[in-house]
Amino acid sequence: MFDKLSQIFDQIFVLLLHWMLGFLPAILRPALGVIVCVAVIVCLFPALFAFAVWLERKGLGRMQNRLGPNRVGPFGLFQPIADGIKSLTKEDIVPLSADAVVHFLAPVVLVVAVFMGFAILPMGRNMVLVDMDCGLLFYFAIGAMTELSVFMAGWSSRNKYSLLGAMRAVAQMISYEVPLLLSAVVVVMISGSLSPVKIVDAQNQYTFGLPHWYIFTPWGFAGFILYAIATTAETNRSPFDLPEGESELVAGYFTEYSGFKFALFFLGEYLAMFSISGLGVTLFLGGWSSPLQALNFVPSWIWFFGKVFVSIFVFIWLRGTLPRLRQDQLMNFAWKFVLPLTLVNLFVAAIWRFMGDGLLRWIVCSAIIFGIYTLMGKLGMKREHFGPRRYRYAE
Amino acid sequence: MLGDGILKGLAETARNFIGSYFLKERLTTVQYPEQRVAPIENARVFPLLVYDVDNRGGSGPAWEVGLRCTACQICEKECPPKCIYIEKSKDKKPDYVGKPQFYPARFDIDISVCMSCQICVEVCPFESIKMDTHFELSTGDRFGGLLLDREQLAKPNEYYHRIHPTEAAQVDARLAAAKTAFEAKAKAAAEAAAAKAAAGAAPGISAQQATREGA
Repeated sequence: MFDKLSQIFDQIFVLLLHWMLGFLPAILRPALGVIVCVAVIVCLFPALFAFAVWLERKGLGRMQNRLGPNRVGPFGLFQPIADGIKSLTKEDIVPLSADAVVHFLAPVVLVVAVFMGFAILPMGRNMVLVDMDCGLLFYFAIGAMTELSVFMAGWSSRNKYSLLGAMRAVAQMISYEVPLLLSAVVVVMISGSLSPVKIVDAQNQYTFGLPHWYIFTPWGFAGFILYAIATTAETNRSPFDLPEGESELVAGYFTEYSGFKFALFFLGEYLAMFSISGLGVTLFLGGWSSPLQALNFVPSWIWFFGKVFVSIFVFIWLRGTLPRLRQDQLMNFAWKFVLPLTLVNLFVAAIWRFMGDGLLRWIVCSAIIFGIYTLMGKLGMKREHFGPRRYRYAE
Repeated sequence: MLGDGILKGLAETARNFIGSYFLKERLTTVQYPEQRVAPIENARVFPLLVYDVDNRGGSGPAWEVGLRCTACQICEKECPPKCIYIEKSKDKKPDYVGKPQFYPARFDIDISVCMSCQICVEVCPFESIKMDTHFELSTGDRFGGLLLDREQLAKPNEYYHRIHPTEAAQVDARLAAAKTAFEAKAKAAAEAAAAKAAAGAAPGISAQQATREGA
C-alpha cells in the first residue's frame, strides 16, 4: 500500500500529463504533450528563479551579518514579486546610437538558449522532456549560444563598459568552456553514454544502501570540483563575475539595459545557474536518485530539485566568501590549473576503467589526483611573490 | 596546501550565516522605523534656538519672550553656506538678566542649505543657537517645508537639557555665573551711586530742603 502510494507520488506529474492527454485525439497527443511540458518548464523555472533571488539576498545578508530583505511579505518573501512589478513598469530605454535590433535580440537569445538546456535534464524518474541519446552534446552546444547573446548585448549597446564587459565575458566563457566539457567527459567515459537518462540510471544503484554516485569516486570527486569551478565561471558568478564587475564596469554587458530586458538578463543568468546545476547533479550527484536506499520512497523529483537548490546555495555561499579575481588570474587559473587537472582526471578515469574492481584502483587513482593537485599547488604558489608590489613607473 | 584559504573563508561565512540566527552580537541590525536607538549625546543635525521659560515680563508666547537670541547676526555672517537669515527688531526687550536687548524679528534657517557644521554654535556669544538631534525632517514641500522660521527653531531649555545634558549644564552654569556677576556689578554700581549721592548730600541740609522745595 505504502509502496504503491509512494510510486504514485513519484510519477504524479507523468500520470497527470497522461490523464490530460487522454482527453485528446491520439494524433495530437505527442505534439501537445511536448507543448504542455514546455509550458510547465517555462512557468516553473522563473518561479524558482524568484525564490532563488530571495534565497540569495537572504543568504548573502546573513553571511554578512545583515537581515536581508524583510519588508515585503513575511520574511521578505514577496520581494521578488515587487522587483518584477518594478522592472515591468519601468521605461525601456534603448540608447540612441545602439543597434536596436541586436539590442532587442540579445536578452531573447540568452533566455531561449538557457531554456533549451532544460529539455534534456531528467528531473525525476521518467520526467525528461526529450530523451536524447546525445543529450550531453546537445546541452553543451546550446550552452555555447549564451556567449553569443552576451557579445550581442555588449556590442549593440555602443558603450565602452558594455563592450569591455562583453569582451571579458567572451574570453572567460570560452576559456572555461574547455574545462567544463573535459570535466564532464569523464562521466561519459565511465558510463559509456551521452544520454543524461542513462547516466542517472548508471548511478541509481546501491551497495549496502549507499548510492553509486560518481562523486563518491576519486575521478568523480575531482571532476565534480573542476566542473563546479568551470560552471561558476560559465554562469559569471562571483568570484568569476568579471564580466559584470559591478564596481568597475557598472554592470558589464547589460549596462545599457533597463526595465524588462534587464530583468530578462537577470532571469537568464539564474536559469543558466539552475540548468548547469541540474546538469552537475545529473552527472555527478546521481540525478534524481535518493542518497540512501532507505529513502527511496521520497519522490524522485524532490531529490532532483533538492540537490539543485543545495548547489544554488553553494553558489551563494561562494559568492559571499570569495573576492573577485583579476583578469590575468582568471585566465591563468583556467589554462594553467583547471585545464591540466581535467586532463589528468581524464587519464585517471581511464585507469579506473581498466583496472577492474578492487581496492587497488581506489588507492592508485586517489594518489595520482592528490599528488598532482598538491604538486601543482606548490609549483603555482612558489612562483607567486607575495609582499609589497613595486611599480617601475612609480619609482 | 592550495585551497585551504578558500575552505577557511567558507567556514567563516558559514559561521556568520548560522551565528546570525542565534547570536545577538552577530546580528547588530536595528530595524529603524520600528526599533530606535537613542541618539548619542554629541549627535548634531540642524541648529535650534534655545529659549528660557522664566518670568522676565513682556507680552507674547513663551518662546518669543524667552528667546536668548539678541539678533547680533554673528551666526548669519559666519555661516559658510549662508543659510541663516536674521532681521533685527526695532525695539528692545529685557534679556535673562533684565538688560534691554534687541531680539530677532525674523530668524530663518534653510535646512536644505545648512551643512550641520556647528560654526554658528561656536560663535554665538549668547548661548542661544545650539544643535538639535531631531533628524526626521522629510517633507513634501521642498522649499517652504525646509525653511524653518524662529517659531519652529525655538526650543525650551528643558529640551536642550534632554538632548545634550552635559553641555546644557555647563551652559546653565555659565549663564548663572554671568547673571550673578552682572547683579553684583549692578549692586556695586548702585551702592557706589548711593554712596556718592550720600557723600554729595552730607555737606548741608539746605540741599535737601532745596530738593523738597523743588518737589
